[in-house]
Amino acid sequence: MPASVTQVDLLSATVEVGEVAVLMRTGDPDFLRTLQNRYPGFLVSRQQEPQITFDLEILETNFDEPDADVEVTQKNGRWMLARGDFRAEWDSAKRHCHIAQTRSPHATDSVLRIVHSLVQASRGGFLLHAASAVRNQKAFLFAGASGAGKSTISALAPVDAVLLTDEISYVSRRDNQYHAFGTPFTGELNTPGENVSAPVSALYLLAKGSENRIDTIDAAEAVQSLLSNILFFAKDDELVQALFHSAFEFVQHVPIYRLTFVPDARVWELIG
Amino acid sequence: MSRLYVSRNPRVAARILDGEMMIMSGRDSSLFTLNRTATILWQSADGVTPLERIVEQRICPEFDVEPAQALQDAETLARELARHEIMQISEEPLLQPHSSPGVGR
Repeated sequence: MPASVTQVDLLSATVEVGEVAVLMRTGDPDFLRTLQNRYPGFLVSRQQEPQITFDLEILETNFDEPDADVEVTQKNGRWMLARGDFRAEWDSAKRHCHIAQTRSPHATDSVLRIVHSLVQASRGGFLLHAASAVRNQKAFLFAGASGAGKSTISALAPVDAVLLTDEISYVSRRDNQYHAFGTPFTGELNTPGENVSAPVSALYLLAKGSENRIDTIDAAEAVQSLLSNILFFAKDDELVQALFHSAFEFVQHVPIYRLTFVPDARVWELIG
Repeated sequence: MSRLYVSRNPRVAARILDGEMMIMSGRDSSLFTLNRTATILWQSADGVTPLERIVEQRICPEFDVEPAQALQDAETLARELARHEIMQISEEPLLQPHSSPGVGR
């Protein structure tokens, strides 16, 4: 009936990251507004055909172990995702995810990251613990663990640099070229990235030091460092093999350097 | 000394980069970089060639080492790789369910 269709339509939002549109449906109008406020630059028209559908069931009670770490397992193409604040089932063939979660948008955010990781793993791309920015139509990635300086270098970016993210970079492969996309996944800056993309020109492994310096590193170290920063959610043979080979391919196509920097804006004189 | 057979664990991912074999375990995502001897052993571990013959035909010609010592070192190495579940060892030939080693996609 038209009235029902309109009602369902009102309770959905499509969030596009990395050119992958995810239709999020919920029966909870308050939570829908929460999502719309969380992903403002990444909402796209409802007319756009989504590649993935999320059905969100908002629970008013907590799960048994609210502090449990994320756990991802797979059986016959069906992925079970669990954390203290959500349980989800991702059907990769149907491109559908059912999520039962608390009212926290962080839960949706986490499932979104995991599903994007799984989608990109099959395409040669990945999500990376890295800040990223576009300058002169080229994307630059700055990888490192917590405290390495991702948010610092993002905050120091000059006005002509467009920030894609200060926390989780989105790397997608098209033919033999890698592109970085803006993401709504934020770190200490708590500012979503711009929803733009550019070909990846270089990856820098961040290290804080007493001077600004770029050093080359050998390919084996590059692979090791890259793998240590790729988001791995599952102890799954196929996924590990896919990401392992993706890392090798990336290293063969994109230069990787160590960037030692002092926390001031002059470091950006070396970038771009 | 009993005859040993070695085979690559098909559940790991492996690729050569700049002459170094890098292997990642699917079990716990641990990453291993093999030295030259271990790389030769890994590449030769087809499950049907005895370790003794691998040492004689592939390792000894590459390094200036006594065959008996080389075999002992290779057996120690194979057991170490098996301990990390990136190689399998057996006193019987092993079926090798996957193709050539260290070949990327």
